[in-house]
Amino acid sequence: MWDSEIRAMASAHAIIASSVFMATVVPAVLVENFSVYRTHLVWLYSVCGAVAAVNVAVFGLLGVSPPAKKHTLHHKVSRLVKSCLHFLLSCLFFHAVVVLYGAPLLESTLETFSLSVLLSTLTTLRCLCVLGPNVQAWIRVFSRDGAMSVWDTSLQITAGCSVVGAWLGAFPIPLDWDRPWQVWPISCTLGATVGFLTGLVAAPVWIHWHRKQLTYKSK
Amino acid sequence: MKVSSSVFASLCLILELFGLALFLRGFFPVPIKSSFSSKSKLSDLPAEPLTGTSPNASKVPPALFKRVVVVLIDALREDFVFGPSGRKYMPYTRHLVERGSSHSFVARAKPPTVTMPRIKALTTGSIPGFIDVVMNLNSPVLLEDNLIWQAKAAGKKIIFYGDDTWVRLFPKHFMEHDGTTSFFVTDYTEVDNNVTRHLDSTLKRDDWDVLILHYLGLDHIGHISGPHSSLVGPKLVEMDDVLKKIHTSLISRESEGTLPNLLVLCADHGMSETGSHGGSSEPEINTPIVFISPAFKRKVAMETPPVVEQVDLAPTLALALGLPISQNSVGCVIPAVFEETSLREQLRFLHLNGFQLSCLLKDSIPTFQKEDGYEQFRVSEKSHGNWMKLYLEGNTSEVLVNMGRKVLKQYLEALKSMSSALSRQLGKYDMYSMVVGMSVCVCLQMLLLLLFAMPEALSNGAVVDLPLGSALLSLPFYLLCLLCAALHVFVCTSVGGSCYFCSLPWALVFTAVAFSCAFLCTLVSMAARRLSVGAKSPTKVSNWRLSELDVLLLLGTVGHTLSLASSSFVEEEHQTWYFLLNTLCLAVFQDVCRKYFREKKRLSQGEDEGPLLPSTKGDNAADDASTSFSPVAELGVSAGSEKWLALATPLLTLACCRLLRSLNQTGVQWAHLPDFSHWLNNGEHKTVLSLLAVASLALVFVLVQRRCSLVSKIALALGLLGVYSYRAAVGNILFPWQHTSRAPSKGTVEARFVYVFVLGILFSGAKDLLRSQVISSDVRLKSRGLWEVYSGLVLLAALLFRAHNLPVLAGLLLIQTLMAQFIWKRLHYDAAQTTIMHYWFGQAFFFFQGNSNNIATVDISVGFVGLESYVEAPAIFLTAFSTYAGPLLWACHLVCYLSSERDRSVVSLGHGCYCFALLRSIPAVAYVVLVTALRYHLFIWSVFSPKLLYEATHTLATAAACIFFTFMDQNQNLTRP
Ligand SMILES: [Zn+2]
Ligand SMILES: [Zn+2]
Repeated sequence: MWDSEIRAMASAHAIIASSVFMATVVPAVLVENFSVYRTHLVWLYSVCGAVAAVNVAVFGLLGVSPPAKKHTLHHKVSRLVKSCLHFLLSCLFFHAVVVLYGAPLLESTLETFSLSVLLSTLTTLRCLCVLGPNVQAWIRVFSRDGAMSVWDTSLQITAGCSVVGAWLGAFPIPLDWDRPWQVWPISCTLGATVGFLTGLVAAPVWIHWHRKQLTYKSK
Repeated sequence: MKVSSSVFASLCLILELFGLALFLRGFFPVPIKSSFSSKSKLSDLPAEPLTGTSPNASKVPPALFKRVVVVLIDALREDFVFGPSGRKYMPYTRHLVERGSSHSFVARAKPPTVTMPRIKALTTGSIPGFIDVVMNLNSPVLLEDNLIWQAKAAGKKIIFYGDDTWVRLFPKHFMEHDGTTSFFVTDYTEVDNNVTRHLDSTLKRDDWDVLILHYLGLDHIGHISGPHSSLVGPKLVEMDDVLKKIHTSLISRESEGTLPNLLVLCADHGMSETGSHGGSSEPEINTPIVFISPAFKRKVAMETPPVVEQVDLAPTLALALGLPISQNSVGCVIPAVFEETSLREQLRFLHLNGFQLSCLLKDSIPTFQKEDGYEQFRVSEKSHGNWMKLYLEGNTSEVLVNMGRKVLKQYLEALKSMSSALSRQLGKYDMYSMVVGMSVCVCLQMLLLLLFAMPEALSNGAVVDLPLGSALLSLPFYLLCLLCAALHVFVCTSVGGSCYFCSLPWALVFTAVAFSCAFLCTLVSMAARRLSVGAKSPTKVSNWRLSELDVLLLLGTVGHTLSLASSSFVEEEHQTWYFLLNTLCLAVFQDVCRKYFREKKRLSQGEDEGPLLPSTKGDNAADDASTSFSPVAELGVSAGSEKWLALATPLLTLACCRLLRSLNQTGVQWAHLPDFSHWLNNGEHKTVLSLLAVASLALVFVLVQRRCSLVSKIALALGLLGVYSYRAAVGNILFPWQHTSRAPSKGTVEARFVYVFVLGILFSGAKDLLRSQVISSDVRLKSRGLWEVYSGLVLLAALLFRAHNLPVLAGLLLIQTLMAQFIWKRLHYDAAQTTIMHYWFGQAFFFFQGNSNNIATVDISVGFVGLESYVEAPAIFLTAFSTYAGPLLWACHLVCYLSSERDRSVVSLGHGCYCFALLRSIPAVAYVVLVTALRYHLFIWSVFSPKLLYEATHTLATAAACIFFTFMDQNQNLTRP
């Protein structure tokens, strides 16, 4: 049971990771003047879209998401609306945090907001896919030792890696190298993406490595 | 020998300070000087080659100009004259530059681009050492050979109007002077009117030879609102008018039979894009020099002005006035100025300059014969002799002219290479002093001692066992002493007299050697003991787990230390601290959430979530404490509101920090961005600034008065009122009840009024402290005493802070109150964690105040608050206190907080002191090592050296705080049950 779950996770993560690569490569072939640095926001939203679509598809197919209690249309719609609301709120939350970290308040708001959209996609959206719009469950997963399945652990790892990646990505900004990737918010978005990819790779490996120590309380 | 951790920490810090001082002495090269107070004499000058022994041969050529007017405009950037704004605002000067009989140059000033070193460079022609910046405050008499002294010795009458730095540098040199103090930076009209009002009468008179005018207004405008402000244009127009007046009335007036007059327009330094100066950016170091005299050929069109060094002005002016060149000048004459003289005179000028430079080279570089320039000079002197021979024979052919030109070129090359060899000499370090100061002896040892003692110092006893006695009696100690002494003798005899450490008295050196050897032996034995303990009980390490917060605090400290290796991170250090502080607040927020939500969950959801929770226990100290110590029981009814306040505190802190951060832009890369303080100081927003000041002062009063006695409360309120009226008197903010605008005064009375209350509060606090120690061991009395000392310091800071910085003070107190009330107490952070947080906050507030790692941001006007004139000791103390007010107030709060925690173990003060010393030592020592490694880095003088001075001063401030800690801790030891 363990191995199969880890294998499923590894393949799911591989698909998500490849979607990030596709989102970078495909527009470069199709769209003219596409570049990660110069048309950064286009790249950013293409990555966001790809990751979101693939996440929803993969987790929908795998059936990891908590089963809805009622299969009525009304319930589904309310779930969807709630998810969208949560996503928007998390965007605003990340935006506020980034501004607190010193991003300009009035200028380059679009860039800052795009960064928070990316962060939300990499963290909140996965939570929504795995746990549903259930804040109690989120708090449980992200409090210490709150994981109850391999998916929870992977969620912890990928979300943590993305945020830490964005955090680390802010370090090169003060350097006076005048490189194109030092422009706000490119280094942070790149950091977040690289962190996310690292998390995708690290999660199955870490779980595999620690599978003896990991004992989840049954649901 | 057993000592308590606080004593141990203070001792280590003080010894480290000695090491740092020695290091600084070795690091900052002493300016090259042939001999300090001797002056060039006319009789020392070499004879013109091959003129034989005729009595006139060794004379300086006669002066080329009758009178010289030097107009020095402080912070005049090169583009204010030669750029588009010169065309717009200085039309007359620009016309002279383009079409008049003039010579224009761009003169490059050497950093530090601060007024006094620059004046020294302009008058002596030498490059003042970096350390002169520190001496900028107390400008003593310039003893070095200089142009002014030479002019006076030659009987020239000098008149000076302007910055009184000159008057202090050259007392009794001027026939007439009127100095204006440059420390009321907000005034930019009065300082210049003070100079210009003398101009008309002086220009009419005939009894002077040299007139020096130093205009300060432009510099003050730069400091207030930057180079692009609307005030700059009118000021440049005013300066243009001054130049026009001088030119029309003196220079262009041809007087038959006498020598022409000369007008020199120059600047001491430029102005950066933010309007400050001190660094080495292009706009700061490029200044204009314009020589205007009817003696020069008329220009036909604008040419790009050639680049010269600022130090070149001194020899040029000296020769133009017929004076000997100052001994320590490293400049070479500007040949264009002498173009109109005969070839023989030109060669003679270059010969004199070359001779002076070669003498200086001989004195300052032992291997001077190997220098290219010296050899070139010898060769050109010889060809000069040949030329003279032909010339004296009466040869006037074309060949002679061509040959003369060749000799001229040879001379110029020789001068250039000698000059650059001398400038290079400045980059030499006294490595032995540095190494002794840095590694072998003091700093590293102290750091290692601190590190090795960590487990003991942070133990429950807070007592460190120093095996000093056994070390002193051991054989290795004596052997080591002998070895070190032998090494010292060997190094000193081989290096020669250029080493500071060697020039110290022998007894002192050997005491130092004995001390350091003793510490080394102690260190080794401590390390051995630590290792054996570690080997015996390896299990102790494994169950020592860190919480996320600890990890963050450790990583932050290490990361910050490492970041100092990069010049950008040194320039933008505030970014590092803001970033870390933000992360810290978020981590604290997460801790608070974990604590309160878990409680809530357990209360509301009861048993069904139960099994999940116990497994999370025992992970960190905070959790342990929170479970063993029910907050509900402790807080009683108000648990709910407490909880929300505790949750809001980190968020409020975050918001507060974000606001304070946009108050002052510092650093280098983003310093030019408009910030809130510029907006407030704009003049149009005086009402807002006044309201903000009132609100901040009120908040300060509300937050500070809680724990003071009634008398102190009243004193504090009156003091804060005094602060407001001082600011209003100085003209920063508005008096609500006085609508007629008064002329800004110095506000001396108001400031002294506040000083009285500061001293009163400090005195009553000190009295309480003493009473608590001597008479009764009353903890409450002591706590109140501490708090009163603290509030006295807050009042002093409120007086010294500029009006726009008062919100920083209010924010500081607000954060301290909230964090102490809801976070540090409730979450039971231990002394070490609290200390690190205090240190981080202190660092961030240092930058919130608008400080940076650049000398230019030190607000020296603070040294004059409440003083009629410059008095050295209080000025230095006040400047240092206001610069380090943030870190010092946080340190002081730490003392108050730790000693008021009675339910805690009594050793927390010792732990706090130890951590504080360690936190300061790590970056300071690491930085000293880094700077030694990077001493040939491109930015060593512009970025790393100022930071080194800041690190040293900060360590000094921390040492003072630690001694205060120790004193309080000793108190506690006495009252300990
Ligand atoms: Zn100046
Ligand atoms: Zn200035």
